[in-house]
Amino acid sequence: MKASLGLKIAAFAALLFLHVPLLIVLFYAFNVEEAAFTFPPPGLTLEWFAVTLRRQDFWRALGLSLQVALVATLAALVLGTLAAAAVYRTRFFGRETVSLLLLLPIALPGIATGIALRSSIGLLEIPFSFWTIVIGHATFCVVTVYNNALARFRRMSKSLTEASMDLGANSFQTFRYVVLPELATALLAGAMLAFALSFDEVIVTTFTAGQQQTLPIWMFSQLTRPRQRPVTNVAAFIVIAITTIPIYLAYRWTSRDNQA
Amino acid sequence: MQCDYAVRLDRVSRHFGDVHAVDDVTFDIYDGEFFTMLGPSGSGKTTCLRLIAGFDQPTRGRIFLHGQDVSGKPPYERDVNTVFQDYALFPHMNVADNVGYGLMIRKVPKPERMRRVREMLDLVQLSGFEQRKPSQLSGGQRQRVALARALINHPRVLLLDEPLGALDLKLRQQMQVELKAIQKKVGITFVFVTHDQEEALTMSDRIAVFNQGKVEQIGTPEEMYEKPATAFVAGFLGTSNLLSGEQARALTGSAGAIAIRPEKIRIFGADEGVAAGLQSACGVVRDSVYLGTYTRYLVELEGGGDLVVIEQNLDSRMRTRGERVKLAWHPEHLRRLG
Repeated sequence: MKASLGLKIAAFAALLFLHVPLLIVLFYAFNVEEAAFTFPPPGLTLEWFAVTLRRQDFWRALGLSLQVALVATLAALVLGTLAAAAVYRTRFFGRETVSLLLLLPIALPGIATGIALRSSIGLLEIPFSFWTIVIGHATFCVVTVYNNALARFRRMSKSLTEASMDLGANSFQTFRYVVLPELATALLAGAMLAFALSFDEVIVTTFTAGQQQTLPIWMFSQLTRPRQRPVTNVAAFIVIAITTIPIYLAYRWTSRDNQA
Repeated sequence: MQCDYAVRLDRVSRHFGDVHAVDDVTFDIYDGEFFTMLGPSGSGKTTCLRLIAGFDQPTRGRIFLHGQDVSGKPPYERDVNTVFQDYALFPHMNVADNVGYGLMIRKVPKPERMRRVREMLDLVQLSGFEQRKPSQLSGGQRQRVALARALINHPRVLLLDEPLGALDLKLRQQMQVELKAIQKKVGITFVFVTHDQEEALTMSDRIAVFNQGKVEQIGTPEEMYEKPATAFVAGFLGTSNLLSGEQARALTGSAGAIAIRPEKIRIFGADEGVAAGLQSACGVVRDSVYLGTYTRYLVELEGGGDLVVIEQNLDSRMRTRGERVKLAWHPEHLRRLG
């Protein structure tokens, strides 16, 4: 079916609305002004990249964010896969409820998750640390892995695992040689999405972090400083690169997988 | 340990809640035979196969493989292999890795593994397909890969779960002949599950007919066809005229159920004489269908009841609707059913 002209214009306008602000952020990373954003910028420079890269607090924040995202994603991979396997393979009392509860953190406002976690962490007298941030992020990272793994499990013929056992493989060998390779692309896609979600998370992090600043929180704090404004734009530039590349790759891998 | 059976089911039941999928079944499958479990869907034949394979465990009863009690053992501790209905080839592995999977698990060194894979692919006529992925194969080719993957382990029993169900008619008939040839060649006991009676008659040494979780009758194809023990077997294997009550009494003098095959009945003109030793009955042709090699008549008997009669078209004289005819048959072809 051919789209009407009106629909084309609407679609184009929506795309512009979504992406022009991103372009502005990227563009002003090269702005020579340090406090105000005028249009057009009086001049372009790479100086802010140098300034940003020299700042220790930027590197600390970036490093923390990468570490948190990595650990939260690993935890999500293990827990999400196990949960999906349990929900798929066995019927147990409350199975549907467990499934819903697993999905809930991503549906609930982050502010609810955040305050809930903060109260529990306070109640248990756990000091706020790297690990409390990881726990907070893992709550929603598990969902993406779980969802992807469960969808793949449901598409996987049950006779595959039976065939493997029939040919002499025990449960572990069956998982290693049949189930895991079948899950691989789904897990990869889930993990990349989890990584991207964790990397730029602000709300839950605000509630579960102690003194540490993850990159998004660091950027937020930079906005209150009038000078060196383009530094945040440079940071945004880097964040966009770090998050879009994995998402794009995950999309490519899974869509190729669906065609096969 | 020496014993005369490959598989023994001893009072085996498998219940799913209130459903008795397999209900107190006992039989032996002999070493080296082509044994078919035949029945409509839901009759328990596939459940039985899964119990032998170890994918499922019996609620009651015991299963023996070559004298060894395997009840409760997982599939990987049983010397049987399965060809699945959907083939269950591993999609991420090529043909060679699929076929060699069992050997890889048993840590057979790679050169020997590759040699035996080639041998197996040769047996199923798929040489040169080693590097293909299952998604690049036709249904018939996948079927052969599944067969090779099971046979390469030299199991003592091969279980086949409706393996030809997904193939078109021509390919199915070709595979029937090939499977039988392969079974003769490798000398392994084949346990074959199907709902297709013609397939069962074509391939089997013995057939077990399943109905509602129970075995109705076990025997050679000829025994099963010529001497069905129950109305179900008579109706499921081929077509049969089933009569009971008054209609049966009119023919045999007693009310017990009887069965007679349409092709065992000869059809004569109403006034023609009938050879000595034949039983006969008169009736009226109600319907006739010309089918090329034969014609099928529906004859209403004077004593009540309809009989389907098949007459080879030796000459092209058709009986017309409404014509009075005489039907005759050998008394031994009239089966009294239990």
